[in-house]
Amino acid sequence: MSGRRKIYILLMRVLMIVCTVLTASLTAFLLGYVMIKGVPHITWELLTTKPSYLENRIGILPDILNTVYIVTATLFIVLPLGVGAAIYLTEYARNKKVTAVIEYASETLSGIPSIIYGLVGMLLFSNNFGTSLLAGALTLVIMNLPTVMRTAQESLKTVPAGYREGAFALGAGKWRTIYTVVLPGCVDGIITGCILSVGRILGESAALLFTAGFAHALNNIFEGLSSPGATLTVALYVYAKEEGEFGVAFAIAAILMVMTLLINMSAALVGKRFAKRRSI
Amino acid sequence: MILGLITVGSVLVISLYLVISGIPAIKEIGLINFLFGKEWASTADEPKYGILPFILTSVYGTCAAIVIGVPIGFFTAVYLSKIAGKKIRNIVETAVNLLAGIPSVVYGLVGMLVLVKGIRLVFNVPDGASFLAAVIVLTVMILPNIIKVSVTALDAVQKEYEDASLALGATPVETFFKISVPAAKSGIAAAVVLGVGRAIGEAMAVMMVAGNAANMPSLFESVRFLTTAVASEMAYSSPGSLQRKALFSIALVLFIFIMMINAVLNFVLKEKKGK
Repeated sequence: MSGRRKIYILLMRVLMIVCTVLTASLTAFLLGYVMIKGVPHITWELLTTKPSYLENRIGILPDILNTVYIVTATLFIVLPLGVGAAIYLTEYARNKKVTAVIEYASETLSGIPSIIYGLVGMLLFSNNFGTSLLAGALTLVIMNLPTVMRTAQESLKTVPAGYREGAFALGAGKWRTIYTVVLPGCVDGIITGCILSVGRILGESAALLFTAGFAHALNNIFEGLSSPGATLTVALYVYAKEEGEFGVAFAIAAILMVMTLLINMSAALVGKRFAKRRSI
Repeated sequence: MILGLITVGSVLVISLYLVISGIPAIKEIGLINFLFGKEWASTADEPKYGILPFILTSVYGTCAAIVIGVPIGFFTAVYLSKIAGKKIRNIVETAVNLLAGIPSVVYGLVGMLVLVKGIRLVFNVPDGASFLAAVIVLTVMILPNIIKVSVTALDAVQKEYEDASLALGATPVETFFKISVPAAKSGIAAAVVLGVGRAIGEAMAVMMVAGNAANMPSLFESVRFLTTAVASEMAYSSPGSLQRKALFSIALVLFIFIMMINAVLNFVLKEKKGK
């Protein structure tokens, strides 16, 4: 082997290993840094109270609740929409052009940056419903529609045609077949879509800043949806950038980090079960 | 049917709203003055609305992040897909997925405390919140996308190609870079374009580390991107004012950039299917 080839091979090998190590250590650093800075600030009081100037205390309970509300509301609206659209596309659509247009549109939607969603959400929803969690949730619905639709579609495609034919042969109508045979067969795909959306909602901030606002009031879900409120990410931004409360910000960051890990793990778990069941 | 059309409808509504609300300010300011004006002073007595600094910052910042991020992501992807053992691949892929899932505000927060401070100390500049800090944050943020999409493309390369190359006497490393990589090139190209899209659209993380002054881009200068220009003034611009209208025009410019990137992406992917 000529010397040049040897050098080339060695160089490529070194480059690959250096880059991989760099990526891995970067993640390890981020995780470690946020945990070390954040975990000591997570106290029971922080998690269970609302901020009060009188008692000079910061609590993130309202932000946690707001996050839960907005996730619930968004999923509640986006699931029927996304799954319905996926069912239409895979089970009913005959017109190739319509399908192509819908798929192109959903691809376009998934490429639009969140700040633009935020602006349009502000014009479209906040101007009508006021700056509120509901306006934020509706904005997030548009954002997550492509994800839910895509994952539901993928798993609908994997339901074997034989299942449908069997149901038809037993005398079931189209809708009954979908409802009793096809949908149960793709529940895991829908769950994956949900998990991915929850991850995206948790991490979203730019789209919510102008639509859901940044109040820290303690509300129940119905009051909460109609009034402005900050989710955890927005609260992190406000505490870090506007108020300089880095301890609180890192505590929230640590919580978000753990949530991200959990979400990734559960998505992988569902995916694995999905693969196993299909292979039987 | 109706449900599917909602998706199409949302795209149309978003485009329409952006165009309708973006046009008036451009008309008032003048297209040339708006796009190529070098000065942005929206709250001055004689307001100036030139967004050239924002456009250049966004373009330069994205290019810089791509130039740094793509090679790192590319080599990592080849290693993961072709060489790494199952265990290492699992660990690194978990790490990459975590990187992809971390909310952008967390990147911003760590950037504020580590990068901004670090840059101030290392380069001895008065304020570390700068173009450089934003570029580094963007690089880290596009890394997972590039790695994930490239790995998928490299995994899909037919084994026969590689076997043939190995049988001809090429070493594994040569095979991976001279056979597998060219075979997966459209997938890798798609990864790069996706990276561009994410970098140009990122707002929050950049806002936290870039300093937000409307300067022309320069390494240690505090700068404003297209996204952060919208985000930072929207909260206090009054409805109906020219300032707010101009912000919508900036969003329109950003949207046009994204649409162009989408078109390129579609073109790349179509090329792949055609083969």
